[in-house]
Amino acid sequence: MWIYEKKLEYPVKIKNTNPALAKLILTQYGGPDGEIGASLRYLSQRFTMLTPQAKATLNDIGTEELAHLEIVAAIVHQLTRDMTTEQLKESGLDAYYVDHGDGIYPANAAGNPFTAAYLQSTGDPVVDLYEDMAAEEKARITYEYIMRFIDDPDVMDPIRFLRAREIVHFQRFGEALMYVQNEVDRKKIHPVKKPKCFENDCEC
Amino acid sequence: MDRDKLLKEIMILDFAAVDLGLYLNTHPNDERAINLYNRVVNKADGCRTKFEKFFGPLCSFRSPSRECWTWIDNPWPWSEKFNKNL
Repeated sequence: MWIYEKKLEYPVKIKNTNPALAKLILTQYGGPDGEIGASLRYLSQRFTMLTPQAKATLNDIGTEELAHLEIVAAIVHQLTRDMTTEQLKESGLDAYYVDHGDGIYPANAAGNPFTAAYLQSTGDPVVDLYEDMAAEEKARITYEYIMRFIDDPDVMDPIRFLRAREIVHFQRFGEALMYVQNEVDRKKIHPVKKPKCFENDCEC
Repeated sequence: MDRDKLLKEIMILDFAAVDLGLYLNTHPNDERAINLYNRVVNKADGCRTKFEKFFGPLCSFRSPSRECWTWIDNPWPWSEKFNKNL
């Protein structure tokens, strides 16, 4: 169950149209390290997660990513307000425009549609948490690459917030991994069955 | 009553609660953080009730409604006018 509240996690109030910047920021909506992939990844992985701490971490960060998805979309929406044909041509957003108009579509900066191939859910809690830590780092560096192209403080403000959250989430996933690793060590049995070749009496 | 001021207050408190919640997931016995979390959640509750009384519902299935269903009329958070003065 989810609850929607009619507010953003962090305010977005952009005065100036800037389709070129919108084109770049869109990748954090539906790109390889974007927020929809993050949310889907964590919310899918939680079903096979181990330990109460790590389950709650996946559940709650997966939920927060949905709020980030809304912030990114709000930024793109406000940056593409009242675009002229000239602005569209110059910005390079014209190709996106003929496919999607003013609409928000989950794609990367080059216009490729979102794909679930961007994420994994392996059923192995340790493997999944390593992926999650990497995912937070990839999202952080993407925000930093985007920051190079931002000269509008109205845009920089929410992007800075989103980047900071990647660092916090990375930290929390690292702690969750510690709990899971301790649990695996304590039980002396891995949550996912190992191939027969890992056993001592293997003859191959 | 200033709508934007109250909304900003709720956003600040809710963000603090989200962040403390994530921290508590991996530090469930940190009493100081639990006390802070409870203070933040209680204060946010009060602000939320006040906001909904004066400016309409924040949620479509938890907030009490007035005689007219204002959920559909109030601005959505991605629109310019929603958080222009926050």
